[in-house]
Amino acid sequence: MSAFDCVIVGGGIVGAALADVLSADGMSVALVEARSIGAGTTACGMGHLVAMDDNAAELALTSWSVSLWRELADGLPRAVEYDACGTLWLAADDEEMAAVSAKVANYRAAGVRAEVLDSAALQEAEPALAPGLVGALRVVDDAVLYPPLAARTFALRAQARGARLMTGCPVRELRSGSVVLSNGEVLTARYIVLAAGVASPALCPGLPISPRKGHLLITRRGAPVVHHQLVELGYLKSAHGTDGASVAFNAQPRVTGQLLLGSSRQPGDATREVDAALLERMLKRAAMFLPGLDGLQALRVWTGLRPATPDGLPLLGPHPEKPWLWLACGHEGLGITTATGSARLVADQLLGRTSAIDARPYSPARFLTASSREVAHA
Amino acid sequence: MREACDLVVVGAGPGGLAAACRAAEAGLDVLVLDAQPEPGGQVWRSEARKGANRLARRWLTRFAASGARFRPGARVVAAPEPGVLLVEEGSSSFAVRYGRAVLATGARERFLPFPGWTLPGVLGVSGLQVLVKDGLPIRGKRVVLAGTGPLLLAAAATIHAHGGEVLYIAEQASAASHWGFALQLWRHPAKLLQGALMSAALISVPTSTDAWVIAAEGEGRVESVRLSVRGREEQLRCDYLGAAYGLVPNLEVARLLGCETSAGAVVVNERLETRVPKVHAVGELLGIGGVDQALVTGELAGLVAAEQPIPVELERTWHRVRAFAAQLARHDAPRAELRRLATPDTLLCRCEDVPMSALEGCQNLREARLYARLGMGACQGRTCGTAAQTLFGWSGEDVRPPCLPARIGSLRLPSDVSSTHARES
Amino acid sequence: MREPASKATTRVTLRINGRAVTVPAGTSVAAALAMTDSFVSRADLSGRPRGPLCGMGVCFECRATIDGVPEVLMCLTPCREDQEVVTDA
Repeated sequence: MSAFDCVIVGGGIVGAALADVLSADGMSVALVEARSIGAGTTACGMGHLVAMDDNAAELALTSWSVSLWRELADGLPRAVEYDACGTLWLAADDEEMAAVSAKVANYRAAGVRAEVLDSAALQEAEPALAPGLVGALRVVDDAVLYPPLAARTFALRAQARGARLMTGCPVRELRSGSVVLSNGEVLTARYIVLAAGVASPALCPGLPISPRKGHLLITRRGAPVVHHQLVELGYLKSAHGTDGASVAFNAQPRVTGQLLLGSSRQPGDATREVDAALLERMLKRAAMFLPGLDGLQALRVWTGLRPATPDGLPLLGPHPEKPWLWLACGHEGLGITTATGSARLVADQLLGRTSAIDARPYSPARFLTASSREVAHA
Repeated sequence: MREACDLVVVGAGPGGLAAACRAAEAGLDVLVLDAQPEPGGQVWRSEARKGANRLARRWLTRFAASGARFRPGARVVAAPEPGVLLVEEGSSSFAVRYGRAVLATGARERFLPFPGWTLPGVLGVSGLQVLVKDGLPIRGKRVVLAGTGPLLLAAAATIHAHGGEVLYIAEQASAASHWGFALQLWRHPAKLLQGALMSAALISVPTSTDAWVIAAEGEGRVESVRLSVRGREEQLRCDYLGAAYGLVPNLEVARLLGCETSAGAVVVNERLETRVPKVHAVGELLGIGGVDQALVTGELAGLVAAEQPIPVELERTWHRVRAFAAQLARHDAPRAELRRLATPDTLLCRCEDVPMSALEGCQNLREARLYARLGMGACQGRTCGTAAQTLFGWSGEDVRPPCLPARIGSLRLPSDVSSTHARES
Repeated sequence: MREPASKATTRVTLRINGRAVTVPAGTSVAAALAMTDSFVSRADLSGRPRGPLCGMGVCFECRATIDGVPEVLMCLTPCREDQEVVTDA
């Protein structure tokens, strides 16, 4: 039996970032991962660090997290491929362009640098895009990186401070004050944090997290095709609905010269197979924005499972019915972006510190007790 | 563009040709796909033009008369739904809708890393042989061959016949294993004859068992090799080095289709059916067994696909060639020393330039892929994945589309495929 | 310009990185590469030279732009008259 200040269950980017923060604060930490660090949903994502303004809580967490990443950037190994390429939100029609000015105001109010590109400026910035797009919103400080190595970097930093990394260690059960591994080993801890993404409900039944499958495609190395992360503004209309499968155009330049292409969403689908019909829809959508798409060389297609919550915000904080259990899960498609902020928020709560942003919108209590559910729906 | 057929055959080597002949002769509409410009596969490469090998000539003639359609330069890249393949052909692509499939994708060489193996002029054993058959000027060039099994002698014979000077043949197997294997060949008359002919042609080439290449050296291309020969080190100046250690099946298309594999081979029943309905596998996919196994399993699968009776003699032959395949596997198993040749600087993944040292701390193939980019480049791990399996016992990950790098346009679905799928799902 | 091909063996002339190479019909582009004296098909990520390895479409070392089509494997491509082969070496 081993005793720790904190056992973190789940070695994805969120768990690894938390291990990094807690170990830096002097806590003794064990990071327990069923397979390999950063090898689950973390390895399947696009690796965008993007400020999103769907609602105030999302903007607060994402913009703060992006700035935390920026502070970390110089200390990351080159292989993490941090690239502050910025995001262009593409407006396909006047209606979407009208939304751009409201978004600029939103972003600026949150301290996020944003600017409007008209059609000509957009064509100049991204010549590979189809002509006829009305314009774009440029979010200057957004970035991309390579998530599994970012997660591994966090985990190795924690290990260097004395944290115990336990990979290939599936967890059988979470108890008050202890974690039981499948091999029978028991780890005791003052704090237990569940950061197991889509696997979290298996260890804590009742969590409002369900898989939302996505597809990605990456091209071979070559000359860069695009220079910013590109996302269609229609994404907000097409992809955020929770009913049925949807696709939206999302493309990223990688420092290798590869183009990373998404995206698709299939709520409730936990299979890993490539769905050819949905991939076709995704490629068809992308080809509308990148007319030269079909001539690019595809190297790999893969899928991943986003851990989605009903309101699109993560669960960060104590479990209302199990006060010994802390949650850091349910990040859907923003786990890479918000890993830094999520780790800080949970660490601050564990240590009784004040956070830079209000933690209440992410409290698990909004779903997990009757009283809070009424408040949430009020 | 679309194609439809009763039977699609993937691979036009001996196995694929035999399957196509039997099925087409029984009246099926057969479409044969192969990445090469001509039928014959690797083993009968260029035979379609030269006609030097009698067995090859017989089958290629039979194939030409069978009525089967042949699409050269055609590479399967995806299998979007049962009964459909997406195929890239030059700068265009098409979909094939098939009733049954025979997979005859053959084998590739097993490359193991050693210092200098990335120098130009260092090729596979069969790789060099293929290029010589395809016209690489070898007359007067000095060649060293290192590897294992009958492929070494076959390559030496080709190089010799084209005027190349084979300086040395290094056979990695131990003397006991090698001569034990040779003595077993009496069970297989065709091979014994083949072997004797090749040995006669090569009588003057120094050959050693318990020998392998330690390193290749040179500025900008290979200029010399260092060999370990029965515990001694020897250096030879040369123009080309052929170095590879036996064959491994090309399982990618089979795994893309969802066929079960076990111990590096596709699992089939007595009718050569894989675990995926209406999909058969033949030849090297069943475990390396050479031309005889490819022909007999190809014929069997072609007959089964066409619902024809199976001659008893054909089944007997299959059981006989299986025994040979098992012996070959034992003989060709790379010895332990070959796993220790690479230094920390030696690249394991040639596409992403991943040196051995980058794998430090990686426990499995997934970690090596995620943390060090092993196998994440253009060949999709075909070369380093096989090496990593031999070196570290790491097994491969799932095969997903595209099973070869392909233009995105080649992955697009024709409208009828996607609409069919949408209705079914 | 080259002499007309003899009747016995058809010969074709292609260009590899701008240099004319005349070969018997049926020669693969990868084999013809050896006639340019360099046998280099590409540069690796650090700029070091690479040549063909597997000869059978597996290793992707011999990729080149052939008649404007990128990422074609030389070992799977027969030489043709007036073919334009450009490697990234």
